[in-house]
Amino acid sequence: MAERILMKGNEAIAEAAIRAGCRHYFGYPITPQTEIAAYMAKKMPKIGGVFLQAESEIASINMVYGAAAAGMRVMTSSSSPGISLKSEGLSYIAGSDVPAFVVNVQRGGPGLGGIQPSQSDYFQATKGGGHGDYHMIVLAPASVQEMASLTIKGFNLADKYRMTAMILADGTIGQMMEPISFEDAEIENYEKPWALTGTKMERTHNIVNSLYLKPDELERTNFERFARYKTIEENEVLYEEYMMDGAEVCVVAFGIAARVAKNAVAAARSEGIQAGLIRPITLWPFPKAPLRRAAGQVKAFVSVELSMGQMIEDIRLATECTRPVSLCNRTGGMIPSPGQVLESIREAAKGGN
Amino acid sequence: MEHKRVTLFAGHYGSGKTNIAVNYALRLAGEGRRTAIADLDIVNPYFRTADSARELAAAGVELISPQFANSNVDLPALPAEAYRLVEDRSLYAVLDIGGDDRGAYALGRYAPYILEEGNYRMAFVANFSRPLTRTPEEALEVLREIEAAGGVPFTDIVNNTNLAHETTAELVQASAGLAEQLGALSGLPVWLTAAEEHVAARLPGRAVLSMRLQEKYFNLPEQKGPPKPRPLFG
Repeated sequence: MAERILMKGNEAIAEAAIRAGCRHYFGYPITPQTEIAAYMAKKMPKIGGVFLQAESEIASINMVYGAAAAGMRVMTSSSSPGISLKSEGLSYIAGSDVPAFVVNVQRGGPGLGGIQPSQSDYFQATKGGGHGDYHMIVLAPASVQEMASLTIKGFNLADKYRMTAMILADGTIGQMMEPISFEDAEIENYEKPWALTGTKMERTHNIVNSLYLKPDELERTNFERFARYKTIEENEVLYEEYMMDGAEVCVVAFGIAARVAKNAVAAARSEGIQAGLIRPITLWPFPKAPLRRAAGQVKAFVSVELSMGQMIEDIRLATECTRPVSLCNRTGGMIPSPGQVLESIREAAKGGN
Repeated sequence: MEHKRVTLFAGHYGSGKTNIAVNYALRLAGEGRRTAIADLDIVNPYFRTADSARELAAAGVELISPQFANSNVDLPALPAEAYRLVEDRSLYAVLDIGGDDRGAYALGRYAPYILEEGNYRMAFVANFSRPLTRTPEEALEVLREIEAAGGVPFTDIVNNTNLAHETTAELVQASAGLAEQLGALSGLPVWLTAAEEHVAARLPGRAVLSMRLQEKYFNLPEQKGPPKPRPLFG
């Protein structure tokens, strides 16, 4: 067994990024993700990397854009209000088809909100956030080990598809400490013939840009980009099923909510309610197929979220509203208890939606 | 165990300072001493001495923590009452210092009082299973940074090597050599080995701080919950 090490979720992201070959970090501190920046500040100078605390979130995301255009493995991290500030840059990065890795350790909103955990940036992460037609690959870790493994996965996917991969975590997973190991790190390397690396007078120059003066050209680019998104939806969906055999109630939850929900599902089973869990690991692409399959089997769905109900819309779309979907939620930094989730499962089992 | 009037715990963030400070204060109170504990952590608003408020109150330990602890106010404010701990020499004071050098800056304003009285123990908490303090050399770097920021020289080392719920007595014993090496590098004695009570029961020697841990952090869903599921990736 590889050596175990006790890490915070935020540290696990930083260490995994370094192991994934990231040598460029640009950020601006914000609770509850500051340990990522602190770790990078300590480590990067020792390994010949760049740690730069920019003057703002807007500056830092544009530094990411620049380093990505030069073909570097690059990242930034922030928490909810900071991601709003970075959203313009995320749109430019999408429009320029360069790979970037971005972390959002969510806190309660809207506005300055609070510093405690939340999942209320689901819409922002999966539906765009910035302007224009675009997607990001959104990965939702539910443990410190996954903070590490999905970071490595995120860098690989970003390079593979030339787009942003985002870790959508929350304050709990960011701050939580668990023993992990790095044995499974598989770094994929992709050629970047489009990168701005200097022509050396040996090739025509590359251009990285999101401005299109001709509307038909912009339209073609958008259609081509969405053809690529379709490939991702077909090939990169990740999810976990738990106790779905014979389930009559399907709980859907991601991140920290899924860990709470798992206990509730087990408790429901022990009192004779046939409950199961589908945990989306990629929020975009959303695991539509397993939910559609589950809709043919279960009586009802329960969406457990640390928000006013955002993923619930994607569950309804994936299942084409063929089964009732109820919401079990807390917001503002509060987390549902296993008891609250269990109560929602009981209600759903009764068909009491 | 010999106690000083003021005991301070500092170290790398996540090294276990707060749990050790709380358990040490409970031990002082359990030995019949008038004890107060102050949370001087202005760096991390997620882990707080105030999380143990009930246990501390039950044991008669006075708790002084920032006004905004456990709220949404991300304001690095120090409790004004903390001055009383360094000034009132009739009580035993335990100070929980924030992580790394940034956390230790807050100590600077109390340092002159503590040094003048000269009846203190400044303990460096080390967990050799944590990143950035994996070796005695790395830990020494953190130790020196904290000392420079806080203005109170360390006097002791506490070995708190652990892997949370995966900790074994073997792991702790295997780390003893690293703690001794840190002692040799820094010229400081290894004062205590701290461990969760079930692990501590299996450790030899008397210099062991047996700790009860805050449920909130160490009994998370799944860690002691249902069996691990088989992941089914689509």
